[in-house]
Amino acid sequence: MSYRGMIAEIVTITGNKGEKVEAYYARPSGPGPFPGVVLIHHMPGWDDWTMEAVRKLAHQGFACISHHLYHRFGPGTPDDLAAKARSAGGVYDDEVVGDVKGAMDFLRAQPGSNGKVGMIGFCSGGRHTFLAACRLDGVDAAVDCWGGNVVVDDPTQLTVQRPVAPIDLTDGLKAPLLGLFGNEDKNPSPAQVDTLEAMLKACGKTYEFHRYDGAGHAFFAAERPAYRVEQANDGWQKVYAFYRRHLA
Amino acid sequence: MCSYITEKAEIFGSAKGAGGWSNVTAAHVYFDHPFHASLDHALSIDFMSGDTTRKVAVEMSAESARALVASILAALETGEKEHA
Repeated sequence: MSYRGMIAEIVTITGNKGEKVEAYYARPSGPGPFPGVVLIHHMPGWDDWTMEAVRKLAHQGFACISHHLYHRFGPGTPDDLAAKARSAGGVYDDEVVGDVKGAMDFLRAQPGSNGKVGMIGFCSGGRHTFLAACRLDGVDAAVDCWGGNVVVDDPTQLTVQRPVAPIDLTDGLKAPLLGLFGNEDKNPSPAQVDTLEAMLKACGKTYEFHRYDGAGHAFFAAERPAYRVEQANDGWQKVYAFYRRHLA
Repeated sequence: MCSYITEKAEIFGSAKGAGGWSNVTAAHVYFDHPFHASLDHALSIDFMSGDTTRKVAVEMSAESARALVASILAALETGEKEHA
């Protein structure tokens, strides 16, 4: 079932340490109840594709919100703030987790909420999704789309912003996890996906991984050469089905 | 690639963007997902005024970047000979 009518707008949520954070919020029109999804944008920033993905999930019946991870580097346009965030070495993991918690609280406080909240993230947002799902209570389903650096092979890659490899937090994961990966991706590589899967198994977690041949990184990105229509269509269907199972 | 790796160069010069001409003091250079170019990875250069104000941004393919480097070096070589 899809929902043709929707309301999409910019809202303000209360993020880490009470900071006000801009967010793009779209939900089906009507009283609901609707499950919520926090969508964590990719490294290039809070861009048009992010907004499209939010609306795509709203079209499928989810109240979806994506907050601007780089808001602390503002004011400025999303692309300028993405450049500033990169130059500064990225956002702090603690701030990411605090902001995601704020977005989850926002969704649950809406009158049309069914009380369930999932997460999804792409690229660096996939890492953020795994990280936040391991550290936060109240996540009902998490979707990691090709999150890089969840597995850190070289400890020198750990920084003050990202001091821990998220895989080391796997034991804290409480939500079922869906992972989508391209077998031609280099970050995460298929070997790193194997390592993550082995850890999830060892920790007894509920997970579902789908690995796509003929796809690399970011194969949902319809405006880039990385787009793979067949794999992307299948991947989105996997996301909807996963959420319908766990967020209903 | 989500690498956060950024090469930074101090420069002395000017750049023209939407706001007109201004001084630039640094160039931030990286090869990662672009914001705008239809590429999976792009060589991006942000010409900065101070450490945080981006005056001009460009994103290009790796091949374009290598061609640009060659052109810069060639222009410097011929120009410096001409003006020596």
